[in-house]
Amino acid sequence: MSESFPTESDLHAWLDGRLPAARRDEVEAWLAARPEEAARLAAYHAHDSALRALHQPVLEEPVPGRLVPTVRVRRARVLRVAAAFAWIALGMVGGWQMQRALHPADHEPAPVPIARNAAIAHATYSPEVRHPVEVGADQEQHLVAWLSKRLGAQVRAPKLEGVGYSLIGGRLLPGDAGPTAQFMYQCKAGTRITLYVRTEAPDHGQTAFRYADEGNVRVFYWIDRTMGYALSSGDVSKADLYKVATSVYSQLNP
Amino acid sequence: MRDSDAVVALIPRLRRYARALVGDRGAADDLVQDTLERALVKFHLWRPGSDLRAWLFAIMHNVHVNHVRARREFAPLDDETLEIPVRATQEVALQGRDLGRAVAQLPDGQREVLLLVVLEDMSYQDVAEALGIPIGTVMSRLSRAREKVRTSMEGLPGPGRLQVVK
Repeated sequence: MSESFPTESDLHAWLDGRLPAARRDEVEAWLAARPEEAARLAAYHAHDSALRALHQPVLEEPVPGRLVPTVRVRRARVLRVAAAFAWIALGMVGGWQMQRALHPADHEPAPVPIARNAAIAHATYSPEVRHPVEVGADQEQHLVAWLSKRLGAQVRAPKLEGVGYSLIGGRLLPGDAGPTAQFMYQCKAGTRITLYVRTEAPDHGQTAFRYADEGNVRVFYWIDRTMGYALSSGDVSKADLYKVATSVYSQLNP
Repeated sequence: MRDSDAVVALIPRLRRYARALVGDRGAADDLVQDTLERALVKFHLWRPGSDLRAWLFAIMHNVHVNHVRARREFAPLDDETLEIPVRATQEVALQGRDLGRAVAQLPDGQREVLLLVVLEDMSYQDVAEALGIPIGTVMSRLSRAREKVRTSMEGLPGPGRLQVVK
């Protein structure tokens, strides 16, 4: 033990396979004559292997959806910037509408499309870890009653277990025409889908399913009389999202 | 965006390291998420051609240090928060809890070095750069970490017969 050769660092480097071949041979010769030291290093080696085995399963877990959209790249950021502009634009429209009330103008400002707002809300809240929703699915009745009251219309959280998603909960959001609601669902692999619900002006009538790519978020949306719905996801394929959308549609419009 | 694909490909490894580092699954994924967000903001600082993995782990180290600092109290993880990944083989599972605890009880700096060397098979130089410490410190932390794990595992049902190494 009192030998100055090899150093402790040499021994670790040997263990980690980071010694040049010549040096490695020297260390091995040294160890061969010192069973206690060899046993100590063997224990290190065994613990290292066990540690790798212990954490190996994490590599094979599916990556939660919330981590991937963070990377798939700046489009989410672009979307956020777009959101900021949208709000500024809304502010301008608001000011302009006040003027218009005094001086009726000849053309309507285009409303911010539901798909855009839904995608922004999805991009904002679906990656949340600790607070994805304001009210959890464990208080679903309260959630639905609360959102219905705030929207001034009966809203419902469809059951999506049949297509692989369960409700996490929901939250209230500001919209350009009053409060809106967001329900969040998650599948077993952690992929999230959000359903955005808002009230619509009565003259909108009905629309078929429509589809929009909003940055990195796919959105199916439709309007049914006085309610507008948009189903968003960053990770689910268009076909799969369509399947979920039809399930939502059939439950909300029986 | 080839670079972002490369980042995506590294996410499982970032998750593994984060899980081993902080123990709790949710907190570990928070750490990964914050790391990825920071990496995106700073992506223009990454020199194409340099080691993306080392760069990401360096960012994760900084984020982790900030998290720890923000929490003020960094106590070693206890059994409650220590999540042993599922699907470990039986032998590993038996030993895993003790080993996981032994590693969790290491000081943060020693645990980081040990995990980067053992899980990531990172060179000592890369570890030094990722953690922003001299290579001599890497070696002394590695040595202390392995010895502490060994002593805390002693007397426990061990890793079976000691094997001849390489």
